[in-house]
Amino acid sequence: MTATASTLDTAPARTARAGGFDSTWLLWIGIIAVLLFLVVSPFIYLVITSFQAERTGEFTFANYATAYGRARYVEALLNSLKLGAVSALLAGIFAVPLAWAVARTDMPGRGLTRMLVLATFITPPYTGAVAWILLAGPNAGWLNRFYTLLTGAEAGPFNIYSFSGLALVIALYSFPYIFIFTTAALELVSSEMEDAANILGAGPWRTMWRVTLPLALPAILGGLIICFLEAIALFGSPAMIAIPARFNVVTTQLFQFFGNPVRVEVAAAYAMPLLGITVLLVLVQRLMTHRKGFVALTGKGGERRPILLGRWRWVVFGYAMFVAALAVFLPYVFLLQSAFAKAWGRGFAWDNISLQNFRFVLFEHATAAKSVLNSFLYAGASATVAVFLTLGIAYIVARKLVPFGGVLGFLCVAPFVIPGVVLAIGFYAAYAPPPLSLYGTALILILAFTTRFLPVGYVNASAAIRSVNPEMEEAVRVLGGSRLTALRRVVTPLLKRNLLGAWLLIFIPATRELSAAIFLYGPNTKVASVMIFDMSEEGNFERLAALALILQVLTLPLLWVGQKALGRDFMLRRNAT
Amino acid sequence: MSKLVLKNVVKRYGSFDAVADFSLELAKGEFVSLLGPSGCGKTTTLRMIAGFMPPTAGTIEMDGKQISSAGHVVPPEHRRMSMIFQSYAIWPNMTVGENVGFGLQIRKLSRAEIDRRVDKILDVVQMRNLKGRYPAELSGGQQQRVALARAIVVEPEVLLLDEPLSNLDANLREEMRFEIRRLHDEFKITTVYVTHDQSEAMVTSDRIVVMNKGKIEQIDPPHTLYGRPRSRFVAGFIGRTNFLEGRHEAGEVRFDGFAAKAGSLEGVNGSGALLYSLRPQAIGLTTRQPSGQALAVESEISSRSYLGEYWDYQVRPLAGTKPVRVSTSPSQVFEVGSRVWLEIDPAAMVRVE
Ligand SMILES: Nc1ncnc2c1ncn2[C@@H]1O[C@H](COP(=O)(O)OP(=O)(O)O)[C@@H](O)[C@H]1O
Ligand SMILES: [Mg+2]
Repeated sequence: MTATASTLDTAPARTARAGGFDSTWLLWIGIIAVLLFLVVSPFIYLVITSFQAERTGEFTFANYATAYGRARYVEALLNSLKLGAVSALLAGIFAVPLAWAVARTDMPGRGLTRMLVLATFITPPYTGAVAWILLAGPNAGWLNRFYTLLTGAEAGPFNIYSFSGLALVIALYSFPYIFIFTTAALELVSSEMEDAANILGAGPWRTMWRVTLPLALPAILGGLIICFLEAIALFGSPAMIAIPARFNVVTTQLFQFFGNPVRVEVAAAYAMPLLGITVLLVLVQRLMTHRKGFVALTGKGGERRPILLGRWRWVVFGYAMFVAALAVFLPYVFLLQSAFAKAWGRGFAWDNISLQNFRFVLFEHATAAKSVLNSFLYAGASATVAVFLTLGIAYIVARKLVPFGGVLGFLCVAPFVIPGVVLAIGFYAAYAPPPLSLYGTALILILAFTTRFLPVGYVNASAAIRSVNPEMEEAVRVLGGSRLTALRRVVTPLLKRNLLGAWLLIFIPATRELSAAIFLYGPNTKVASVMIFDMSEEGNFERLAALALILQVLTLPLLWVGQKALGRDFMLRRNAT
Repeated sequence: MSKLVLKNVVKRYGSFDAVADFSLELAKGEFVSLLGPSGCGKTTTLRMIAGFMPPTAGTIEMDGKQISSAGHVVPPEHRRMSMIFQSYAIWPNMTVGENVGFGLQIRKLSRAEIDRRVDKILDVVQMRNLKGRYPAELSGGQQQRVALARAIVVEPEVLLLDEPLSNLDANLREEMRFEIRRLHDEFKITTVYVTHDQSEAMVTSDRIVVMNKGKIEQIDPPHTLYGRPRSRFVAGFIGRTNFLEGRHEAGEVRFDGFAAKAGSLEGVNGSGALLYSLRPQAIGLTTRQPSGQALAVESEISSRSYLGEYWDYQVRPLAGTKPVRVSTSPSQVFEVGSRVWLEIDPAAMVRVE
C-alpha cells in the first residue's frame, strides 16, 4: 500500500522520462496483467483453439471444416442473421414511436411509459420467453384459449414455437435499447431547430421528415444494430423456443457443440462469424454516430417544447399501452398466475391458488435457493471488481499517469464486441484445462461476468472521472496532501453516486446473465438463470415462474436504491456506448 | 397601410399576464426592437407574431389580413415570415448550403435558381467559401451568419429575431449589430428584433418598444427614448440617470439642495411630489460660478472615478444631502472635497412617472 502511494505521488512528473524502471511501470504492468488475463487471453485462446486438433493440439483447419461442413450448421448461421434482422426491425417499430412520443410530445402517461420500458428492460429475455410460452403456446397458450373462447374456433392462431414467435419475443425485450438511444438523441434536438423549419414554410410532417428524424437517425440505426447484435448473441430465448420449433441458430448450435462430448475446438471455429459480425457492426455504429454531419449542436435557448398532438395523443398513448401490454402486462399477469397456481393450465380459480411453488423453490428444491444466492454473490463480486478496476484505470488514463494509457482504456471496452457465448468459449478454452482448471468454479463465473461488464464499468468510470476537475485534487496537494489522500478524501467521495450507479448497472444484469453462465457453471455453481433454463427444459412452468418472479422482486430494492441515488432514469440512460 | 398590426394582444398563463394589452403598428420596411429585462414578455410576443402560439386575447394582422386571434392562428409555415433564434437552430445534419437553401426548396424553386440565390446571399454575409461545411465546423459568429442568410434568402414578409447575439462574445456582438442593420438597409425587410441590450436596440432600430412586466412602457425612436423618457423605468433602463424628487410649492419646485422656477420646468402641475430624470452628461461642472440661464448650485465633490472615456463624479449640493452623478470629459479634473458649481439646464430635466 505504501509503495503504491509513493508511486502515485511521483507519477506525473517523472513517468514522462523514459528509460528508468520506476514503480510506475510496476503499476502499469499489474493492470496490464489483469486485463491480459480477463480480456486478451480468452480471446487469443479462442482463436488458437479454433485451429487446434482435439487432444493432440496440432495445427489444423479441420475444426472449420467440421463447423461449416454441414448444411444444418450453415443454416443455423443464416437463421441467426435473419432472426437478428427481423427482431431488430420489430424492435424499431415498437421503440421509435414510443421514444418520439415520450421525448417530444404531450402524450399522456409519458412517465408511465418510461416506467414500463424500464420494467421491460429489467425483464430477462428468457423470463419473457417463458411468459410468452404461457401466452402463445399452441393450444394451451392463453391467447389461443381466449381466441377459441371468443370465436368458437377449433384452435387459436398463435404459435410461439416458430421463427416469427421467437423474433417477436426477442424484439419485445430488446426494444428498450432503441428507445434509450432514440430518446437521448431526440432530447438533443431543440424545439428551435423544428421551429426554424416551421417558419421557413415546412409543415409538421415535413419538419419531422427533414429535420427531426434525420437528427435522430444515427441513434435509431445505432439502436437497431445493438438489437441485431443482442438477437444473434442471445442464448436463452432461442434455446427455449427455437429448439422445440426444430430450427437452430448460432448460439443453440454452439450449445450443442458443447454438449457431450465437449467439442470446444469446433465451437471456437463456429463462433468466429458471430464475433466478426459483432466487431464489424459495432465499428459501423461508431462511424455512423461520429460522422461530422450528425454532431448535435447544443446552445443557449435550446429548450424543448412538447409537440401538441391534439386528439392524436390518445391514439399514440394507446399504441404505447399496446406495446406495454405485450412486453409487461400480459407476461407478468400470466407469470403471476402460473407462479401461484397448482397447475397453470387450470386457470384463474380459487382452488387453483397455492404457495407451493414458492415453498418448493425456496425450501425444498436441492439447488434452486442456492442458485439465487449464487447469482447474487457472483454478480456482487464481479460488479465490485469491475467498478474498482475500471475506476482505477479510468483515473490513470484521465490523469495520464502511465504511458500508452489509451491501450488500457481500449482493453476495457473491447469486451463490448464479444458476445457472451463467445466470451464463455474463450474462457473455457483458456482456463478450463490445467494448470488453472477453473471450469465449473465460482471464480471462472465471476471473472467471466467481470469481463462481460467491464465496458459498462469503464464508460461510467471515465465519464465520472472526467467530471472531476483536476484542480480539486490539486487544491488538496497544494495544501500538502498526497495524491492518495486526494483520491480518498476528495475524488472517491465526489464519485460515490457514480460508483454506486456503475455498480448497479453491472450488478443487475449480472444477476440474470445466462449466455456465458450456461457454458461455465458446474454442479455447485449453478446460478438462477441456469436454474430457470433447466426448469423450462423440464416443462416445470409453475415453479419456474415462481423462481423468475423471486429474481425480479429481489431486483426491485436495488432499482429503488439506484433511482434514489441517481435519478429516476438511471437504468435507461445511454450507458453502453 | 401598416405591414404588421398587433391590437390589444394578451398572453395569459393561468392568472399571470406574460403579455398584457400589447398594441403596436409596424410600417413596411420598419425595424422595431422589443427591449426589456429578462422575463418581461419579449419572446412571448415574438412567438405570437410568428404563430407558434395563439394570443389569449387581441389580434395580429399582416397586410390587413388577420393572422392571429384567440380562436384562429395561421400556422407559422403559412406566414411567409423568417425567424432567427437565440440558439441559431442551424441544422447540424445539413451543410451551410443546404441550411440556407432549405426555405427555397420548400418554396419549390428550381435547383439552379436555389443555387444562384444561395450563392448570392452567402456572398452578402461573406460565407460563400464555407458553403459545403457542416455547422459543427463553424464558429459562433459564422453560425450566426448562416442563420441570417437562411432567414433573409427567402425574402420574408417579416423578419423576427430573438436575442440573436446573446451567444456571441462582446467584440463579435458589436460587429454583428452593425451587420444586422446593414442587411436591413440593403433588403428593407420589416423586422422585429428582441433584445435586453439597450445599445443593441439603439444601433439597429428605427423605433424601440420598451417593455416591463408584460406591459409597454414607451414606443419611440432611440434618441427620443433617451432624451425624453416617459417613465422612471425607461429613464433607468436606457442609459444612466439621476432621479431628482421635487415638491411644487409657491411657484417653485424644491429639490434636495436647490430649487427651480416652476415655469422653467416641464410638466409642473398641481402640487405635491414630482419626479425628474437628469442625465449625468447634461450637467455642467465648473470651479467658478457660471452666469447665464442655467441653474447654478454650489456643491462639493464627494467621490470620483476615472473611466478612461469620462470622469464619473458624485457631487453633493452644499444645501443638500444626496449627491448627484455627473459625467465630464477626461480633461475636467476636480479633487475630492473641492468646491464646484453644478450647472443645470432646467430644460434637460425630464418629468417622469
Ligand atoms: N409556458 C409558460 N407557462 C408559464 N409562464 C410562462 C410560460 N412561458 C413564459 N412564461 C413566463 O412569461 C414571462 C415572459 O417570458 P418571455 O416572453 O420568455 O420573457 P423574455 O423573452 O422577455 O425574457 C416570464 O415570466 C415567463 O416565466
Ligand atoms: Mg426571451
